[in-house]
Amino acid sequence: MSALTDPTNSDSAQTRRAIPDRLGTPFTRILASWEVLLLIVAVVIFIANAFASPYFLNAWNLSDATFNFTEKALIAFAMALLIIAGEIDLSVAAIIALASTAMGAAAQMGLGTPALVLIGVGTGLACGAVNGFLVSGLKLPSIVVTIGTMSLFRGLSYMVLGDKAYGGYPASFAYFGQGYVVWVFSFEFALFAVAAVVFAVLLHATNFGRQVYVIGNNPFAARFSGVPVERVKFILFLLTGLMSGIAAVCLTSRLGSTRPSIAQGWELEVVTMVVLGGISILGGSGTIGGVVIAAFVMGLVTFGLGLLNVPGIVMSIFIGLLLIITIALPIVARRMKGRSLR
Amino acid sequence: MKHLLKNREVLLVVIIAVMIALFATRAPGFAGPKNLANIFNDTSILIILALGQMTVILTKSIDLSVAANLAFTGMAVAMLNAAYPALPLVLILGVAIGMGAALGAINGYLVWALGIPPIVVTLGTLTIYRGMAFVLSGGSWINAHQMTPTFLNTPRTMLLGLPVLGWVAILIVALMVFVLSRTGFGRATYASGGNPVAATYAGIDVGRTKFYAFVLSGALAGLSGYLWVSRYAVAYVDIAAGFELDSVAACVIGGISIAGGIGSVGGAVLGALFLGVIKNALPVIGISPFAQMAISGLVIILAVIFNARAERNRGRMILRAHSKAEGGA
Repeated sequence: MSALTDPTNSDSAQTRRAIPDRLGTPFTRILASWEVLLLIVAVVIFIANAFASPYFLNAWNLSDATFNFTEKALIAFAMALLIIAGEIDLSVAAIIALASTAMGAAAQMGLGTPALVLIGVGTGLACGAVNGFLVSGLKLPSIVVTIGTMSLFRGLSYMVLGDKAYGGYPASFAYFGQGYVVWVFSFEFALFAVAAVVFAVLLHATNFGRQVYVIGNNPFAARFSGVPVERVKFILFLLTGLMSGIAAVCLTSRLGSTRPSIAQGWELEVVTMVVLGGISILGGSGTIGGVVIAAFVMGLVTFGLGLLNVPGIVMSIFIGLLLIITIALPIVARRMKGRSLR
Repeated sequence: MKHLLKNREVLLVVIIAVMIALFATRAPGFAGPKNLANIFNDTSILIILALGQMTVILTKSIDLSVAANLAFTGMAVAMLNAAYPALPLVLILGVAIGMGAALGAINGYLVWALGIPPIVVTLGTLTIYRGMAFVLSGGSWINAHQMTPTFLNTPRTMLLGLPVLGWVAILIVALMVFVLSRTGFGRATYASGGNPVAATYAGIDVGRTKFYAFVLSGALAGLSGYLWVSRYAVAYVDIAAGFELDSVAACVIGGISIAGGIGSVGGAVLGALFLGVIKNALPVIGISPFAQMAISGLVIILAVIFNARAERNRGRMILRAHSKAEGGA
């Protein structure tokens, strides 16, 4: 990710040299962490929403609100690992479009639900493998590669569909995006919860997770310590493709139709979610817990704005601002801290 | 290095010539001077955007907000023209370039002063600028009948067999050749991307160079905003959606290294023309225009692979020269 890491950026060098005398008590450290800050923001937005609209505090409405973020969050978990390892995948939304198109074509041929799911997830995996091969096999920068595959994957979808749309999915296929496990808890929300736990364990409690952090902090040191850097990166691209495929199944099932413009611009929202969750865009740090809370924050913001009748494109202004501000704030705060020390 | 770059440009010229010859076998008029002028005119806006994008990429950055900048500025000048038809065109051009430069300066400031990675900044401003185009227009269209004839017809006026739009592109190309090869800023641009640490030690302010590169890219995007709106005689929120990728593609195809510091104006222009020829040829050889996106994606990936190989070879040659020198001593 040569374009992302900037060797002339003096900020990181300065903070790396500053070692505090005491770490502070565990309690104050927890209070000052990004995740807690984010949780407070989430609660504030929740309360603000409750006051702004009388329809907000209703179990079914809140359940509806989760659909705003569950599919994106599924991808965000895998993207979080990828960004921690110092790479990025801008093709995730295009993978959804291609996987959805593949499922649509299969549904036209009369295939059943299990086959459709297999095709959707398989397409995601295949796209992930293409990205992984280009980045870790051919050692190309992931930003340009995934800008290229973004255009290629969605372009293939346009080639197949043009200005038409696929529909006519089997009735049982609707469960993934519209079904409920118990009461107001949707299948998608259950999937989101399971994925959160799986990814949290993978990142925070396995050797693989440690390797991801090491690669993000220093790929050369990682290689010299015996970490299979390229293999780990390849697996991470596969994982991102897999989660995009699963998200494609959910989204296609929820919408019940496929257009080539499906999930347009989602790559931005997924990256925003990850960065908002406290994962450093330069790699090497962050937690899955942060991404989970960030998912809720973004879902609440978009749902709240929706209840206030704000159009989608205006919401995207808020998302863009959120992205820049959440990255800028820690940098500004660090600078102000540095100044007061001097 | 100069030798290699020359090769790349010669290679591109040959490829484009072969493509045109092949397409001409399917459609006899394709290689005629009239059609070629038409293709160049059609590609003018992409050439202008690619030159701005190239300057930014040379400094090790990327500007994904150019198309959104174009849409926002284009909408603004179209509305200005519709509301105040008496305003002279020079003033409208000034507004377009100034507004584009200001939007570019926002990108540049965030990259320079806060050290936020350019891709994140411009992904964010991409949605913000396009959202602003919606807020400004309320989602409505500005159609041809609302624009003044001068506003609409100036870029279409024929001058020596080429519309003014094409001449503007040629003027910008000449200007960029001058800026990048004959000014301090041009040298600083190559130095900042080629080796930021060495550039800093040489007294070049890398951050400020990036800032100016973004301002330049924004100004060219603003100019393109006016050109686009007057050429297609309509302004709406979604104009040029996804066009930022085409500008990056033109640069990558033209041999501009995404790692910064390597690339030439000629390369970017030829990269844009390559895409322009394909775009104009697709309907001629009977391929659906919907295939264009997939083809540019494929071409980007192939070009990146090609560039990476060329750069890797170059690295190896330098190493060999070093070891030889050491062995000799």
